[in-house]
Amino acid sequence: MTGHAARIQGLPRVTRQGPANTLHYVSEQKHDWPRVRLHVVTGKGGTGKSTVAAALALALASHGKNVLLCEVEGRQGIARMFDVDPLPYEERRIATGLPGPEGSPGVVHALHIDPESALLEYLAMYYKLGRAGRALDRFGVVEFATTIAPGVRDVLLTGKVFEAVQRNSRNKSAIRYDAVVLDAPPTGRIAQFLNVNNELAGLARMGPIKSQADTVMTLFRSPRTAVHLVTVLEEMPVQETADGIGELREAGLPVGGVVVNLVRPRDLDAGDLTSALAGSLDRSTIRSDLKEAGVEDGNGLVDGLVAEARDHAERRALEDEQRALVGDLSVPTYELPRLAGGVDLGALYELATELRKQGMA
Amino acid sequence: MSTPAHKTRSRSRVGPLTEGTASSLDVDALLDDPHTGIIVCCGSGGVGKTTTSAALALRAAEHGRRVVVLTIDPARRLAQSMGIEALDNTPRPVVGVATEGGGSLDAMMLDMKRTFDEVVESQAAPEKARQILENPFYIALSSSFAGTQEYMAMEKLGQIHAAAQREGTYDLIVVDTPPSRSALDFLDAPERLSSFLDGRFIRLLLAPARGPARMMSAGFGIITNALTKILGAQVLRDMQTFVAAFDTLFGGFRQRAQKTFELLQADGTAFLVVAAPEPDALREAAYFVERLSEDRMPLAGLIVNRASPQPEGVLSADEAMAAAARLRKHEPDSLTAGLLRLHADQSRMVEREARLRERFAAAHPEVPTAVVPALAGDVHDLDGLRRIGDLLAGG
Repeated sequence: MTGHAARIQGLPRVTRQGPANTLHYVSEQKHDWPRVRLHVVTGKGGTGKSTVAAALALALASHGKNVLLCEVEGRQGIARMFDVDPLPYEERRIATGLPGPEGSPGVVHALHIDPESALLEYLAMYYKLGRAGRALDRFGVVEFATTIAPGVRDVLLTGKVFEAVQRNSRNKSAIRYDAVVLDAPPTGRIAQFLNVNNELAGLARMGPIKSQADTVMTLFRSPRTAVHLVTVLEEMPVQETADGIGELREAGLPVGGVVVNLVRPRDLDAGDLTSALAGSLDRSTIRSDLKEAGVEDGNGLVDGLVAEARDHAERRALEDEQRALVGDLSVPTYELPRLAGGVDLGALYELATELRKQGMA
Repeated sequence: MSTPAHKTRSRSRVGPLTEGTASSLDVDALLDDPHTGIIVCCGSGGVGKTTTSAALALRAAEHGRRVVVLTIDPARRLAQSMGIEALDNTPRPVVGVATEGGGSLDAMMLDMKRTFDEVVESQAAPEKARQILENPFYIALSSSFAGTQEYMAMEKLGQIHAAAQREGTYDLIVVDTPPSRSALDFLDAPERLSSFLDGRFIRLLLAPARGPARMMSAGFGIITNALTKILGAQVLRDMQTFVAAFDTLFGGFRQRAQKTFELLQADGTAFLVVAAPEPDALREAAYFVERLSEDRMPLAGLIVNRASPQPEGVLSADEAMAAAARLRKHEPDSLTAGLLRLHADQSRMVEREARLRERFAAAHPEVPTAVVPALAGDVHDLDGLRRIGDLLAGG
């Protein structure tokens, strides 16, 4: 670590500490993506893709590993999730990883990528355009390139992600990450986002930007990249996930796993669910159980519980239908529970534990 | 995607604008008011904006209004049930709407590229239009440029509104917006286009096309050299051709954008912000609410979709969990324990959502709110939309 310290400009005020090894023990096993260096996490809005990306980064940061978590949509979602100050365009340590059996956990770093900074850095790094870069800025070229010129924004964002995965001699003092997790744009835009370098390579038929774009596409299409899709067990998100997988495959981009998020609790078994749907739950047993547990059956509690059970059973049945469709996608799937209290730092470690248990990391 | 305006104009948060607590949103009063001519639904992705727009439009139509709903990306089965699977950029009548009240409902799905092409064709001479439509930069810009979709949705709204005024086809237009913050980018469009046109870089790109300019300064040399080095000469040439060809069009665009902006600010327009009872969605909703009031856009209210249904009974989550634990000690797979745990989970969700809504209302008490409970299944037919409509109206 010390060798890299210079690159982590200005130590962060807080590095979040995860659970100590003794509290949480998850056995390190071979996981499903040993060759993958770049994990792209996408998902429909509202499915919790940022949460899953963060949990995956924690899960990957086992003993001695450095993991970088990147965001590209300007929302400062990482800072909010980890409860740290807004992130600058600079790699920062934000949390310790999820401990494994072999000792102290690794480190999760975070980077907030904005296209303007990425462009200026790119110009400085590849063209030694210190002065000219500033001139470009004065002339409005940076603004033009990052907001108006087609696709350039995405090229810059993906270009920086590429640089973080494939550190080269131009950025000597930088940390070499064992894995990079990208909290990517939503499913509807993901193939276009990752493929933008290809589009640009088509637009610029030759020249240096073309060879740069080609190199980036080579990484994105290689087995060192995996695009994971987050969904919930509802019709539209599952449909969109299937469509997204189709588009990724068509674009030659490697499809990773599907993470089913926000899964309802399973406190009732299959038989009880069937009775709940049929309205044949045994009310007298419930009533006597409640009495035994010291709960008063005032205000129609039994009726309420039975009604809730029916509603729950209906939703579980719909979930099962969608789960079958997810199964048909024939990619590895992982399931994360819906946490009634919402997602805080502790919840992220809980979800990371789940992902590791299920072999995603 | 942020825009230059977001960057340069530092935004402060906007707190309460009135005293007191948030009132409930009277959806029927809004739909039935003949002065309501345009309803714009905005909000982040995955909150049910499209379904809400469709449900509002259907309800208004069945209340006797002549409605057109402009949607962006409906779920396939919903689109099918409304007869708008085909992307042809023309409103089509929806079959199965109860029209006894004299109302009607048309629907259309926005084809962003088609709309852009139409604008170019209507603004430029055929030869010039062809040149633009074939330019590689135009093709990339019109199909994938961040912000184009938002802008084109508003362009289409302007067109439909003008036609409705002229021909008396519709008296209410319901607009669904793309799922992002940039849905409000259209508010910046006039400002953005002017700064784009007057930008030094554009003048620089146009310089060769406009003959020998006096821009052969030191700066110019650095810029063109740098750009040639990065992009290659061919890209720069394509770009220059595109900008030169497009130059004459921008004046027209700017005017149209200004008109749409004024239309949105007018009295007959109502913005509805749609959210889910989740921290991120409500944070985005707050952004929309603040941005709209800053631009003096007529905000009608907030719709909170997918609220967890209130569990019956007075048993608290903690009590239920404790009772479940006691039962499980004797009988590990006790049904009643399972029911109690479900009840606890449900109560916790409801509590959390209520707290989130209260926090929102404390900061924005002037925003009337409607809460729509989550349905068990997805909505993909008119009956489902009617149910949502009833729930929106508080039924």
